[in-house]
Amino acid sequence: MAPLILNSLEKRFGSGAPAVRDLSLTVQEGRFLALLGPSGCGKTTVLRMIAGFEQPSDGSILLGERLLADAATMLPPERRNMAMVFQSYALWPHMTVAENVGYPLKVRKVAKEKARQKVREALSAVRLDAYADRRPAALSGGQRQRVALARCLVTEPDVVLLDEPLANLDRHLRQEMEETFREFHARSGATMIYVTHDQSEAMALATDVAVMSEGRLLQMAPPEEIYARPEGLVIGGLVGQGSILSLALPRTSSRSLDWPSLRVALDGSVAEGTEPAHVLVRPQDVLLDDAGLTGRVTSSFFEGERYALRIQLADGQSLRAFSRQPVRQGDAVGVVLQAGWRL
Amino acid sequence: MPSYKMSGSSQPRWLFPFVATVIFILSVLPLARLAATGFTSALRGDAGQLLADPALWDAALNTLTTSFLGMNAAVILGGSFAILLTLFDVRGRAALGFLFMLPMMIPPQVTALSWIGLTGPSSTLLKAIGMAPPLGSPQPLYSIGGIALLFGVQHAPLVYLAMRVGLLALPREGVEAARLAGASWWRVLLDIVLPLAMPGLVAGAAIAFVSGVGNFGIPAILGIPASIYTLPTLIYSKFASFGPATFSDISIISALITLLAVGGLSVEARVLRGREFRTIGPSGQAALFRLGPLRLPAELLLWFVTFVILALPFLALLAGSLAPAYGVPLTAETATLHAYEEVLFRQSVTRTAFANSISLALASAFGLLLISVLLGYYIVQSRSRMAGFIAALAEIPYALPGIVLAVSFILLLAAPLPVLGVSIYGTIWIILIAYLSSFLAVSLKPVVSAYRQLDPSLEEAARLSGAGFYRRMRDVTVPLIAPAAGSSVILVFLIACNELTVSALLWSAGTQTLGVAIYNLDDSGSFDLAAALSVLVVVMVVILMLSLELMARRLPVGALPWRR
Repeated sequence: MAPLILNSLEKRFGSGAPAVRDLSLTVQEGRFLALLGPSGCGKTTVLRMIAGFEQPSDGSILLGERLLADAATMLPPERRNMAMVFQSYALWPHMTVAENVGYPLKVRKVAKEKARQKVREALSAVRLDAYADRRPAALSGGQRQRVALARCLVTEPDVVLLDEPLANLDRHLRQEMEETFREFHARSGATMIYVTHDQSEAMALATDVAVMSEGRLLQMAPPEEIYARPEGLVIGGLVGQGSILSLALPRTSSRSLDWPSLRVALDGSVAEGTEPAHVLVRPQDVLLDDAGLTGRVTSSFFEGERYALRIQLADGQSLRAFSRQPVRQGDAVGVVLQAGWRL
Repeated sequence: MPSYKMSGSSQPRWLFPFVATVIFILSVLPLARLAATGFTSALRGDAGQLLADPALWDAALNTLTTSFLGMNAAVILGGSFAILLTLFDVRGRAALGFLFMLPMMIPPQVTALSWIGLTGPSSTLLKAIGMAPPLGSPQPLYSIGGIALLFGVQHAPLVYLAMRVGLLALPREGVEAARLAGASWWRVLLDIVLPLAMPGLVAGAAIAFVSGVGNFGIPAILGIPASIYTLPTLIYSKFASFGPATFSDISIISALITLLAVGGLSVEARVLRGREFRTIGPSGQAALFRLGPLRLPAELLLWFVTFVILALPFLALLAGSLAPAYGVPLTAETATLHAYEEVLFRQSVTRTAFANSISLALASAFGLLLISVLLGYYIVQSRSRMAGFIAALAEIPYALPGIVLAVSFILLLAAPLPVLGVSIYGTIWIILIAYLSSFLAVSLKPVVSAYRQLDPSLEEAARLSGAGFYRRMRDVTVPLIAPAAGSSVILVFLIACNELTVSALLWSAGTQTLGVAIYNLDDSGSFDLAAALSVLVVVMVVILMLSLELMARRLPVGALPWRR
């Protein structure tokens, strides 16, 4: 196995704006990359180019030294040794669960006895041993998903691709399947690429998150890093909860801001040598403290473990905050912003 | 590891050349040849003599009259059946619908024969019940009116189907909303339901008209004995009295038929302009209106009409086939299976016809299966604009009247094939090629709709599993479209086995088909043999349709022409 390298990848359909443009990234062997972005941002197109269902219009895709595709040549999907979990699961309705899982082995002409053994192992890994002889139609959504996963497991693929695999499942099943994916990644050691528009899914599963918007790659980093140090307005708005304030900050200030510098900026008392900036403030960094700036609670919802608040500051900007004590809409509160991040 | 240029597409490299060749041979070449002959003879002025011939204009007028009257009959019959069976709580709707569809699949020459057996002085059935008109009185169906009536019966199912589509698309919510707005059932029917059904009615009427223009079997059997010619039968008679001008004459008459058909369709387009109603919201669940005390009378009327247009003619046909000789009264004592024995075991002409039709139908059905599976795959998978163009070209031969297609193939294949130097004209191969061309669309339709309903990721998953084109065709794609492919085989077999129009022009000694045999037997006065052969054909049609009906639940929507 080897790193998967996307090199200035571009894909145009027809004459419109390119679906994917100038996208470069490297996924090291055995990593779990989440491709995150709103629908229509081109993430599925990237996945389909990696799989070989679409040909890049420009740029190239390499697995280690091996060229998989560029604008002129293309290795067909059937020779890439990759596997994919489709959003619709793509189980063949005319085959049993065991036949579905064993099909890649059958195509690769693996000896019957060995193939049976591998299918058994794969099915027990997803806890479906008892369902081997059923047809996909007789399974629930979560079970079908696990069959699709088992089908990826049998061949020890170089890269496993997952196209919004949890989109059709209910919330309870999602959590269970996330656990299964994590297990699957640990067990197989395969490089995995996971497309999703759900940032919490991406955070929970991946070792690396790549955020895309309008066909471009905005940032690629481990989840903690993306959460703590997002690059730019789009990622700041997309990843995690938080509010974005427009402030005038000194040109020289660092990107990580503390309460004194935030307070000064919010007061508007710095005038010399400033520039307009966007600052991301996470709700857990907003403390209710009468010593701070005053604001008015515009909404308050009980979420179970805490109250989620929206607080309007004197200059009209809005903050999200949490509170353990009940706060009513319309209350005046004092807020202290423990930390902020300049986008 | 080698890489392959452009192999990201799921199609093997030979697929497009294959598809292009098939479409070129089956669609482009014959049509181009017909157009070329038409143009050159028009330019050379050969057309003058033909166009000055009043017989041509009589035939054109007859074609227009019979098609127009037949269209009206079809609209009345098919329209009322569609409304009653789709919108009202009539019992036995499924059975009535199936029976009403039967005339569509029964070959027109058989329909004509059975009605002849029903009326006129020598009707065995009328004689048996003592109601036959006196000998020497004319057969009332040998007339413009008779031809039009049978066009109506034959094409009513087309109107029925076209209208049903519109009526079924009417969402229940639309009706319920109108009821809540205060409209009575009657007002809902007039204000909401019927306007939405109009496009279907107009489309059905246009199809019925065009089918009448191209129909050969009915005017051949009812018109020729009374010297009433329509354009298709005029082509046939010109061809029978072959002369030096025949080729240019028949190509010009073909052009005239095509013009009439296109004219009918453009009237449809004009009427439908601005009337394209797309219903919004969930549909498929048709609203049922209650007939109340009128239900029983309505049911009786439906069954009576079905009896008159379906059962009676068939009984007449059966009676005719059992009678010892045409015109001899049929009683329990005189009934004989002699005619069946004759057509099945004695007459070499009918036995050859059986063998020819069945082998032609099998070859067309399975040949087209192979073509449709590959062509359908190309049409659905290919993203290029070429695919839509090729799909349209594949439709044209079926949309053309059969007689026009037959003329095209005669013009194309009359001379020996280039390079090879052999002529297939007069052999069974020319009929086979014409069948392949004519029924390509019939075979393609169920397969294409099955491909379209297939989740593309099923094939993609097979590709990632490592399966190449042949492998995944065999293991994944073909098994999944198998029900549709099976229905297309049976459909083509059914239609090809009973075909008359194309083979009437293309047969020669030894290559007659069942349709030709029935026509020739009737033409030479052996009504009992023609009737026996027709009864066998009807039995076969019913069995094949029922078997398709049993498969229907596993077929994609729109696969069966009589179920939409």
